[in-house]
Amino acid sequence: MAPPTSSQSRPGRTLLLLLALILAMGATIALQKAFVPKFGLDLAGGTTVTLSPVTTTGKAPPSESIDRAITIIRARVNGQGLSDAEVARANDNIVISIPGVGQQEALKLVSTTAELRMRQVLAAASAKEQPAQMPTAAPTPSGSASPGAAASAGASATPNAGATPAGRALSSALTAPTPSPTARHANAATGQHANGATGRKHGARGAGAKASPTPTPSASPSAAPSAQASDDPLAGQDTSGIEPALLDQFRKIDCTAKNRGQGAQDDPSKQIVACSDDGTVRYILDKAAVQGTEISGAQAGTDPTTGEWIVQVNFKSKGASQFADITRRITSLPAPRNQLANVLDGVVVVAPTIEEAIPGGSARISGNFNQTSATELADQLKYGSLPLKFRQSEVTSVSSTLGQDQLRGGLISGAFGLLIVVIYLLLYYRGLGLIGVASLIVATVVTYSIVTILSHNAGFRLSLPHIIGLVVSIGITADSFIVYFERIRDEIKEGRRTLRSAVEVAWRRARRTILVADAVMFIAAIVLFFLAVGGVAGFAFAMGLTTLIDILVVFLFTKPLMAVAARMRFFAKGHKLSGLDAERMGRTSPAEQTMQEA
Amino acid sequence: MAGVISRLYRGDIDIDFVGKRKIWYGLSAALLLLSIVGLIVNGLNLGVEFRGGSVFDFPRTTGSSVEQIRDTVGAAGPHQIIVQQAGQNSWRVTTESLDGAEVTKVQQAVAERFGMPDKEVSSQVIGATWGGEVSQKAWIGLAVFMIAIMLYLSVAFEWRMALAAIVALLHDLVITAGIYAWSRFEVTPATMLGFLTILGYSLYDAVVVFDMIKEVTSKLGTSAKMTYTQAANNALSHTLIRSLNTSLVAILPVAAILFVGTTLLGAGTLKDLSLALFVGMIVGTYSSLCVATPILVTLKEREPQWQALARRVAARQTSAAKAAARDAKEAVPAGSQNGAVPGSDKRKKR
Repeated sequence: MAPPTSSQSRPGRTLLLLLALILAMGATIALQKAFVPKFGLDLAGGTTVTLSPVTTTGKAPPSESIDRAITIIRARVNGQGLSDAEVARANDNIVISIPGVGQQEALKLVSTTAELRMRQVLAAASAKEQPAQMPTAAPTPSGSASPGAAASAGASATPNAGATPAGRALSSALTAPTPSPTARHANAATGQHANGATGRKHGARGAGAKASPTPTPSASPSAAPSAQASDDPLAGQDTSGIEPALLDQFRKIDCTAKNRGQGAQDDPSKQIVACSDDGTVRYILDKAAVQGTEISGAQAGTDPTTGEWIVQVNFKSKGASQFADITRRITSLPAPRNQLANVLDGVVVVAPTIEEAIPGGSARISGNFNQTSATELADQLKYGSLPLKFRQSEVTSVSSTLGQDQLRGGLISGAFGLLIVVIYLLLYYRGLGLIGVASLIVATVVTYSIVTILSHNAGFRLSLPHIIGLVVSIGITADSFIVYFERIRDEIKEGRRTLRSAVEVAWRRARRTILVADAVMFIAAIVLFFLAVGGVAGFAFAMGLTTLIDILVVFLFTKPLMAVAARMRFFAKGHKLSGLDAERMGRTSPAEQTMQEA
Repeated sequence: MAGVISRLYRGDIDIDFVGKRKIWYGLSAALLLLSIVGLIVNGLNLGVEFRGGSVFDFPRTTGSSVEQIRDTVGAAGPHQIIVQQAGQNSWRVTTESLDGAEVTKVQQAVAERFGMPDKEVSSQVIGATWGGEVSQKAWIGLAVFMIAIMLYLSVAFEWRMALAAIVALLHDLVITAGIYAWSRFEVTPATMLGFLTILGYSLYDAVVVFDMIKEVTSKLGTSAKMTYTQAANNALSHTLIRSLNTSLVAILPVAAILFVGTTLLGAGTLKDLSLALFVGMIVGTYSSLCVATPILVTLKEREPQWQALARRVAARQTSAAKAAARDAKEAVPAGSQNGAVPGSDKRKKR
């Protein structure tokens, strides 16, 4: 609440501030050479799928499950080579946007249910068959071998040759020292050991539900002797009990390819070939031993004694006995057949070596986890316990022709709407209308800049609902000017001394009205944005954005410009075209009053 | 007529919105009744988005007719086929809900028959339960919005104003829905979007009026010469021009969308949304003048403070009338001092 005098002296500065703001946005746009906003698929053409996830029992899924589902769907979409596709969450729904039409096949893939199954590893090899690959793999494991896992697990035995033995319960493959990326990837690498590679890393031991890190010194079969240099990934591996067709498939599969089976529907009653989720290891896996739905929970946490990150998995009763059976059966087998792969949505997320039978329905996976990788694995396992079905709620495919038509329609109505409002303002408010028109132009420029910058830096895509929202909001912006102009006219009618003071007094009152009214619009926008589905959210976003821009423009442009205009003879003297002339006001003009009172 | 307009322009007009509130209440009650009857008898004409189904859009080629299209699409599988012209140069075909393969089949059939690439045929498939989710979300949104607005207006103004604004808003929604029921306009998610936006506008207008009423009535002291009703009416008449202007300016761009949506694009989001907005804004303008403020006044006149003032003013008027009829006449409509339109006494204060 600055006194009129001081605020009167500042309009120039305020206008400069706004100018600086606009120039800054202009510079950002020019620097990025991004002059046109990016359009959504309803304008650019493309396919949009809205999936509504539900649990298999038809209930609304927990929020984390939806996030996990999005990660899984993103992996599938990438696997299809649809690199431009976007997968986003919209409240409880998942929206997948794929440029281009005719993606019916992709759609089918995208909306299948992702399930988790535990399968015994029958054979494993590094991702590609080139012998060259072997050496690479080897280093990792061996090099680091020892880290945390060793210590922790260490508990006992440490038998393993190379590496650190130790995990506790089910140890994940991970133990490997992790070269660089996440431990999990390293772990995948560990898988290779299976393949006869050298480093044998994970140790594993069974830990009971009690969590006790009981160090049963399992003699882990660290055997894993020499790596063979044969071209055949299966050389030296026991292929007994594997369906012959799978052996060929295994030799051919390229796990380093983008599509390494994400989203493949694996039949639990059949053996399968699968890749690790990071594409470093390929496996032949036995029939499913435990279904993911038999998992009752999974948490990441740290081992109280060692501080090492672990994942604790609990099973439901049937799962617990199945898990006990399979661990008992495979623990004594030679690698890699003592590994139990967890296959989620067609790829192996982890394949820990089972170092002893684990009864009791609770197991720990340890290895070289950090907080992120442990949490990720726990989330994946949890997701497997409650797989989601995806209902295709809406599938829209817009041809680029239709998209262009819609864009044209939106732009024409915007231009047209702006034009009528401009004409109306000029006819009704004459000179004042000019100020209103200038404000609308500034608002348009600011809106365009913000939309452009957002679309190039924050993933914003201008769609039809946004355009409609922006056009409709022209009215809101103009409303603010009208509120202010009418107040000024009130002040003059009631005998304000000069236009200059009328402008200030009217502003103080109009300001409150504008803020309250804008707050109402803003609340509407926020509520709609967060609660609505589909295009409504886009529309609400546009409305909220314009409401903020409206306040910006009225405060930084309209008001100061009015203050400047009040010093001009044209307005101050109540010129016939100023919109403030005596005849039209039905009272004496400000100028006449000034003279009379003087 | 010209006289009315120029008086409107100057803000001189004095319509007794509040005093005649029984008339408005009666009118609104009749409209509400009519709307509810329409909703019960006719129901809403729900679009395919609520029923579930498939929609195909494709450009019009010369010589294509509704019959040809129906036959072509029918041969590809679907049974319930509605062919519509969408704007100047496209067709829209609505069928029951199809799966991915069926959609592809229809697209190919249409593309082949009318000689265009497959990808020119846009498609939309809406699951049967999606509409339910959309409307459920809309209801939740509506409820949350109303609560948020009630709270906000109660803080910014007072609860009576909040209540009056909400009642006016419900009034607008029901009447707009009634218009849709009677006219059989199709209700799509875009229409609901429009309904929800109307809420914002309806309130925007009411807020401007209430702000003025608050300002005017806050100056009513015990010695005021006007009752709350008269002061409110004064404020309302005074903001009339502003209300009409703001409403007109808000409706103009919407009318532009409606025009473009109808003539250029035909059926679709633009048209559905703008139609709802167009209808709703007109109803909203009426209600903020003739429903929201009268309700507020009805609520306020029950407060002892304003009842007492009303009695005093009445007594003063009677005595004044006896003394000098002229004075009384001037005092009330022109609002000489207290309760006059803002600004009259400002000069002394600041």
